Amino acid sequence: MRRPAAQYGGTGCRLERRERRQLLAEPDSAGRERKAARDVRYVDEYRSPDLALRLAEQIAGLVEPDRQYKLMEVCGGHTHTIYKHGVENLLPPAVDLIHGPGCPVCVIPMGRVDDAIALAERPNVIFTTFGDMMRVPGGNGSLLEAKARGADVRMVYSPLDALRIAREHPDREVVFFAIGFETTTPSTALTLLRARAEGIRNFFVFANHVTIIPAIRAILASPDLRLDGFIGPGHVSTVIGTVPYRFIARDHGKPLVVAGFEPLDVLQAAYMVMVQLAEGRSEIENQYSRVVRESGNARALEAIAETMELRTTFEWRGLGFISQSALKLRDDFADWDAELLYDVPGVRVADPKACQCGEVLKGVIKPWECKVFGTACTPEKPIGTCMVSSEGACAAYYNYGRFSRRLEPLTT
Amino acid sequence: MCLGIPGQIVDVVDPKHHIAKVEVSGVRRNVNVALLANGPDAVGIGDWVLIHVGFAMSKIDEAEAQATREFLEQLGAAYEEELRELHASSIE
Repeated sequence: MRRPAAQYGGTGCRLERRERRQLLAEPDSAGRERKAARDVRYVDEYRSPDLALRLAEQIAGLVEPDRQYKLMEVCGGHTHTIYKHGVENLLPPAVDLIHGPGCPVCVIPMGRVDDAIALAERPNVIFTTFGDMMRVPGGNGSLLEAKARGADVRMVYSPLDALRIAREHPDREVVFFAIGFETTTPSTALTLLRARAEGIRNFFVFANHVTIIPAIRAILASPDLRLDGFIGPGHVSTVIGTVPYRFIARDHGKPLVVAGFEPLDVLQAAYMVMVQLAEGRSEIENQYSRVVRESGNARALEAIAETMELRTTFEWRGLGFISQSALKLRDDFADWDAELLYDVPGVRVADPKACQCGEVLKGVIKPWECKVFGTACTPEKPIGTCMVSSEGACAAYYNYGRFSRRLEPLTT
Repeated sequence: MCLGIPGQIVDVVDPKHHIAKVEVSGVRRNVNVALLANGPDAVGIGDWVLIHVGFAMSKIDEAEAQATREFLEQLGAAYEEELRELHASSIE
């Protein structure tokens, strides 16, 4: 945040806006070539292969002998990018990327899915959900299966679509399955404010919004994991800014660099973390400053604070109960709160024994080290949530076929 | 759901409720721009934004929008699904 990382690396690897523009100015044929090479998935598909290689070399140059580095990203988008573009294959073997609990679909416990299905199966309810949640298995099947049994489950793109459905069906009760980190929480908040302003009384929110900071705290407190630094989430940070991460540097002595979503962004953030480690610094830096402001989005934070408050505790799939890690509606919005209106079963369902989603989410094991990965558990028939969402570590790993299970040293 | 997709604001539909029309990969849909209504990142017609679940979350420049779109197109199925859901959207 303070000084550009290039000052430390020396050879100017920072992806400057100018370079970005030059790259964008490539003729169409280059784009077609990139597309044709989609399946190669090597460094030549990067927007700027030279920069990627230079960054990788510089990261390798920062590795101290006999030291192993573990960097965790806590954003499903990053996980997706890392696997899709084989970022891991570019890094030296001493640098390991750990995929933390950054996929909101993946952290919803099975019991909450069962609660959602119980709501969806009520006679007068139209249950609305993001498409990502449809196939997530609870203890009692998925929403997709509930729909097949006759429940009125509808996929929506936005909570505002759910609100429109409520407007169109005043005689029905429309429940919105609100999930997501701070990226989607403001959308639910603003939709609630709109519902109240318009006096729409047949719209209800089943709130499952989670917050990223307590999850990172829980990870840092986990005794079975030694992390060296974090690659911070991009979109979440557009809402919360970079200030809430300061405790990670201050209290835990670990660097965090907020990163964008292109493979070069992730590589550059990894490089910035490595520079900090090499210099014995721990600071919060922002690689994605072209989108993320240090102070976040004030209106978004205001809307969340106006409509929601912290729950005492909330269960995270694989991580167990984490105190003050999720949001519920404020009393002012009790009339729109599905949990108050309906009798939500609230039964806790243990994760299937064979599933090691929890260890994957904590980064204790890699997806392929799970006993059922790719055999009993596949994206077509997922056992755990990490295999359901395309941003889950297991599905990302499975879809992009990174079965090499070892990191090849980069030769240039 | 987690993908931020770039769009360009082409019209203001309902200023009271901060609803604007954006164009995303050739398709026009309504989104809410309340989070970018004031301050240094306030947006208007012609501006590019990153959209999450029907809400404009960040103002970006055209180069960033283009870079993001190319990146998303490379993702394949995940982006196509997001676009399909956007196509089905009808925010008022």
